[in-house]
Amino acid sequence: MSNSQVVPATSLSNVTLRYRDGRLALDDISLAFTTGEHVAIIGPSGAGKTSLLHTLACALKPTTGVLTILGENPWHKTAAALHTLRKRIFLAPQLPPLPPRQRVVHTVLAGRLPYWSTWRALMSLIYPAEAPLAQAALAKFRADDKLLLRCDRLSGGERQRVSLARMLLSEAPLILLDEPVSSLDPVLGLQALHTVQDEARARDATLVVSLHDVRLARARFARLIGLRDGTVFFDLPNEQVTDDRLAELYAAEPPGSTMEGVTSAPHGIRISRCS
Amino acid sequence: MDRLIARAGLACGVLAFIIACFMSLSGDWSGLFSREAARSMLALLTSFFPPEVAPAFLRKAAYATLETLAISWIGTLLAVIAGLFCALPAAGLWGAVPKGITRMLLNALRAVPELVWAALLVIAAGLGPFPGTLALAAHTTGVLGRLFAEALENAPREPYLALRRHGVGPVAALSYGLLPQITPQLTSYTLYRWENNIRAAAVLGVAGAGGLGQLLYYHMGLFHFQETGTILLAMLLLVGLVDTCSNWLRRRAMP
Amino acid sequence: MLLAKSQRWRDPAWPRRATGAAVFLLVLLPAGYLTEFNPGVFFDASSLRASRQFLATFFPPAHSLAFLQLLVGSAWKTVAIATSGLVLALILAIPLSLLANRTLSISRLGTGTMGYIPAAVRAGLRWGLSLLRSIPELVWALLFVRAVGLGDTAGVMAISLTYAGMIGKVFLEIYESQDTRATEALLANGARRLHAFFYGTLPSCLPELVSYTIYRWECAIRSSVILGFVGAGGLGQQMELSMRMLAGGEVLSFLLVFMVLVWLADQLSQGLRTWID
Repeated sequence: MSNSQVVPATSLSNVTLRYRDGRLALDDISLAFTTGEHVAIIGPSGAGKTSLLHTLACALKPTTGVLTILGENPWHKTAAALHTLRKRIFLAPQLPPLPPRQRVVHTVLAGRLPYWSTWRALMSLIYPAEAPLAQAALAKFRADDKLLLRCDRLSGGERQRVSLARMLLSEAPLILLDEPVSSLDPVLGLQALHTVQDEARARDATLVVSLHDVRLARARFARLIGLRDGTVFFDLPNEQVTDDRLAELYAAEPPGSTMEGVTSAPHGIRISRCS
Repeated sequence: MDRLIARAGLACGVLAFIIACFMSLSGDWSGLFSREAARSMLALLTSFFPPEVAPAFLRKAAYATLETLAISWIGTLLAVIAGLFCALPAAGLWGAVPKGITRMLLNALRAVPELVWAALLVIAAGLGPFPGTLALAAHTTGVLGRLFAEALENAPREPYLALRRHGVGPVAALSYGLLPQITPQLTSYTLYRWENNIRAAAVLGVAGAGGLGQLLYYHMGLFHFQETGTILLAMLLLVGLVDTCSNWLRRRAMP
Repeated sequence: MLLAKSQRWRDPAWPRRATGAAVFLLVLLPAGYLTEFNPGVFFDASSLRASRQFLATFFPPAHSLAFLQLLVGSAWKTVAIATSGLVLALILAIPLSLLANRTLSISRLGTGTMGYIPAAVRAGLRWGLSLLRSIPELVWALLFVRAVGLGDTAGVMAISLTYAGMIGKVFLEIYESQDTRATEALLANGARRLHAFFYGTLPSCLPELVSYTIYRWECAIRSSVILGFVGAGGLGQQMELSMRMLAGGEVLSFLLVFMVLVWLADQLSQGLRTWID
């Protein structure tokens, strides 16, 4: 849905991220995202997808390089200004961060917290404000019957849907999702992505999603970025992503890697779902 | 082999220590196990029966019982609030320096027994149940604050961090992200402390801090043993009541 | 963005929570009244004067040579009282807990239910231990001070009785939480109860028993200071005398020594316990 404006609102310039123990998570990455763009990140395990998303979410500070988020450099800002910027970024981590004993209604409403005063937030814990909003959001993912359950009673797929419902309630113009549908069956996963993209479009938000299932990526996203060993392996529009490219991306996994079941057969790629 | 020797050595050391302790005791031990001592103790015990049941005294005892219960409630409640406040910095949420200072404060509060606090506060505030309440609160804050801080530290931080990353303020992020996870532990510790505090509240009065303890001290000083018997019964009943309530609450709060 | 209009939605957990909160508040008010809750009492003229005078005497902590001798002597006394009390408590608790141990019940073998008399005896013993435990140790101390006079003896007796109750109960729980099959097998084969205990239950729970005893020793030191307050000897008794004379410097010294003592005991206790495991 990009318009004539091509100024990248969000970009990484030669960004390198090194962990404290010296491991390289991201190696000299340069990427640019325009406003309202929908991008899928794919790649083998350990490629740096999670690190990339966390860097974009300003959760990890790049060791070198320049990061621009929504037109601003977050790490040159004061703590207070950065805090304000964070309200405009939504990150859904791979493991949904749901407090076990909390009821789903509060977890979903937590998406509204950046826009509520502290008083309102505390009052809502006593009696949920805007509960119908949460219910409607859950309904979009066919999980509205879970509204009053405790989070530790949910299955893996339900937890992911709750996490996505929280995203619907936030107003962030930068949406980052880390393997958001890995526990959903293909039909539900596709439908969930559909809902997510509708929402992103309505907000004119930039959507960056890392996906394990390449079929989903190819089915729904106009631009695919392949990451491997912390570098950008390819950054192509959907049509230009060929099976050969994908085979190269996922090929030659070092022994003992966590991703299993990627085999290349003579007639194409067979990528089996990892749990 | 050398482990055996080490253990034998330790056992000997402990034995020697124990003997030294017994020998340091002053007091007439032979007299303790004599006939007369046994007789006078028996006399003391029987003088508790029958316990005093005059209505006027029972009213006083009932009031003192309620007072003791109130001291334990308010004292524990104040400690929970203060303990939570102190637990936040003590868990390291605001850096290492506040953590160190708060931990020291909590340790100091905890180290001084309730009775000593009560005696000190009575000097400042006069006799009565209020200094007793505060004394209980002070000591319990130290205990609960440290337990709460440990619970906070051990709770997974992910939900809290996820909210902070989304630009949520610290108080709201705590309430939505961390507190729900530790609520069962908070409740358990609080109830356990309440059970302990009712016993403490019952005897704080000995330092002049109100409740059954003060009544007990008063009557024992005057050798009113029948009244003492009643008070002792009241104490036992109160402790039993609180233990039962606490168990019931604990079972209700832990699904 | 989303569905706009909210229908009437009610939180089903609300009524229960609201009543709970209301009950809580309702109980709070009379409690506040009973405790004569009034922070202002600290700030009226006579209180302020008393506090200020007392605080003024706090520094410096007393440290004359004679006083330091008293300090060290009382600290050692406290440790002696605590240790002796604990030993006596063990002497009392171990037999009682063994007698009350359900696992060692012979009448239960095979049938699964105890005979009436053994059950009654055990219940009675448990009740006795519970009684020893429920009476606050301070009350025991008061009684003993009344019976045998001020000094160490009262403290030792008070600690031994209360702690016998506590140790007895916990030992009992530890025995019965072990895997009972070994013991039952030995009993079923005709072993005497004590032998069955030593060979069946004790080996698996000995570290736990010792660990708990050491923990109780540490508590006993704290207890003996508190009991000293009512005349049962040691640091507590001296501290109380100093407080009565409003000698803040001496009180502070006693408090500091007490805290050091407790810390030392805590370190020793932790060290021993890790060494045992």
